[in-house]
Amino acid sequence: MTGTPLKLKNLTKRFGRVTAVEGINLEVQGGELVAFLGPSGCGKTTTLLMIAGIYRPTEGEIYFGDRRVDHLHPKDRDVGMVFQSYALYPHLTLFENIAFPLRLKRFSEAMIRERVQKTADLLGIGKILDRKPAQVSGGQQQRAALARALVKEPQVLLLDEPLSNLDTQIRLSARAEIRRLQQNLGVTSILVTHDQAEALAMADRVAVFSTGRLQQYDPPEVLYQSPKNTFVAGFVGSPPMNLIEGEFTADGFKRGAFQIPIPGAPIGKGWLGVRPEHLTLSAEGIPAKVMVVETLGREFLVVLDAHGVRLQALIPEGQKPAVNAEVRIKIPPERPHYFDAQGLRIGP
Amino acid sequence: MPLLPRNWPLFWVVLTLLTLPILIGVIWLILTAIFDQVHGLFPAGPPDPENWRFLYEGSVGGRPPIWVALKNSAVFAFTVAALELLIASMAAYAISRMKFPFRTPYLGMILVLHAFPAVSLLIAIYYILRVMGLFDTLIGVILVKASLELPLGIWLMKGFFDHLSWDMEMAALVDGASRWLVFWKVALPLVRPGLLALGTFALLSAWGEFILPFTFIVSGKSWTLALYMQSFFREAFVDYGLLAAVGLFYALPVLILFLVGQRYLLNIYSGGVKG
Repeated sequence: MTGTPLKLKNLTKRFGRVTAVEGINLEVQGGELVAFLGPSGCGKTTTLLMIAGIYRPTEGEIYFGDRRVDHLHPKDRDVGMVFQSYALYPHLTLFENIAFPLRLKRFSEAMIRERVQKTADLLGIGKILDRKPAQVSGGQQQRAALARALVKEPQVLLLDEPLSNLDTQIRLSARAEIRRLQQNLGVTSILVTHDQAEALAMADRVAVFSTGRLQQYDPPEVLYQSPKNTFVAGFVGSPPMNLIEGEFTADGFKRGAFQIPIPGAPIGKGWLGVRPEHLTLSAEGIPAKVMVVETLGREFLVVLDAHGVRLQALIPEGQKPAVNAEVRIKIPPERPHYFDAQGLRIGP
Repeated sequence: MPLLPRNWPLFWVVLTLLTLPILIGVIWLILTAIFDQVHGLFPAGPPDPENWRFLYEGSVGGRPPIWVALKNSAVFAFTVAALELLIASMAAYAISRMKFPFRTPYLGMILVLHAFPAVSLLIAIYYILRVMGLFDTLIGVILVKASLELPLGIWLMKGFFDHLSWDMEMAALVDGASRWLVFWKVALPLVRPGLLALGTFALLSAWGEFILPFTFIVSGKSWTLALYMQSFFREAFVDYGLLAAVGLFYALPVLILFLVGQRYLLNIYSGGVKG
């Protein structure tokens, strides 16, 4: 199975005067898993619901392969969807829940039995199909919801925060499992999430949304290494990138008393971005005061104050500074990101 | 399950005192139905099976047989309940889930209609039934009763539908259901507690209905049990033993229904949907 490509063209949705989604252009290749990443209210779920056919776009077009679907009723689109709440039908057994889409397509009873059992076995819930949703665990409900979405072998699989209701431990294994399943089936998938770690871990490409607009659409490593603007830079990565507003001069970057010489930096007002893991403690460099030290396990998250600029740094084991200590920090010259006054990336 | 209050014997006494007037009435009804004569609350004379002659004598005092009235009452109550369930659930779903012009004024109007005293409409309804040729027919009264009860039913069912999650309906749409199938296969089964509550409520209300059949039904063949009972008061000499027996006969199905359905009735005020 090669999967159906998906194309969004100038997709826009307004609710009355409020514009929820504006001019989204995006292509998903067949069999790809794309994550829609963004804070709540950024338009990612609205976009997903337009692809599902629940919302009608105000403007724009949606294509599954060569077929234009934006005017079609959800039942004619051939999508499977997993909801954040799972939205299993509480009055039906897991078997009937999973069989529901097939019954609506008027499959034969034997066919339904076979398909439901096959899908349920694939997800490891084949032995509890006679139970009602309320009688199984959250993880099993999530699998049942996934089985219901997959059983009709849809062209496009939509996942709306499918993992956010799971315990942390199950979430990590479910993440890997969904990804494995998706790759084996080769079904084109869209994952909506606000968890950047989930998006980076699972997706082939990530579409970052903010205020109804698509900010960047790239593979995870590109997103991380060259964020297109300050929003993406601050949203992707944990702990987030340090973003300092100031001025680039011939001598380097300046914000009040905070100054670093950066050779080859652009000139003018803008933003300097440095990832916490790229800051190091060293004998020379900018003097700073340690405000807070958090233990993350393998490393320490240190909050520093350097001439009124607050910086977060990830410091490896064995170099833990004391709170209130005066230290010096160094920014390796090849590491910083530059953004102009509008927050757009300068340079590669 | 709440624990009994510490001084529950006191509650028991207070509740019994409060219930006493009704309790005495019921006891009188049962005693009078059984015995030849009852003075106060004390039977005077032997048990009198004659009180129950309406069951085996066919026609008592020129009235239609009680079985005809029982059948009419049953048809009346069940048809009203069925109509109410069908129309109220569809109307409530539309109000709860869909956008349409004049939705808000419509909602307000339903409330006003619910508060409107039905008795003040009797004469207008009489004319309408005459014009439609439905005067003195069971169907006519059924339609009137069902429409008068609908506002309450719609509000009640709307409350139940409002509690359903949108996700579930979106899921059903994506699974391939039409809007109608979503209503029929997903929404309706999930408001089953509401349907049972409203159904019981409608059944009880229709079974006890008196003023509408009394006003709009003349001929004996369309009498309901309420009219059958009322006919005793029109006579110069009231046979209280017979009257009590008929009364008990009339109340029995309600008692049974209430015992079976009270669980659902209580649901009206909680209105939740749990899987």
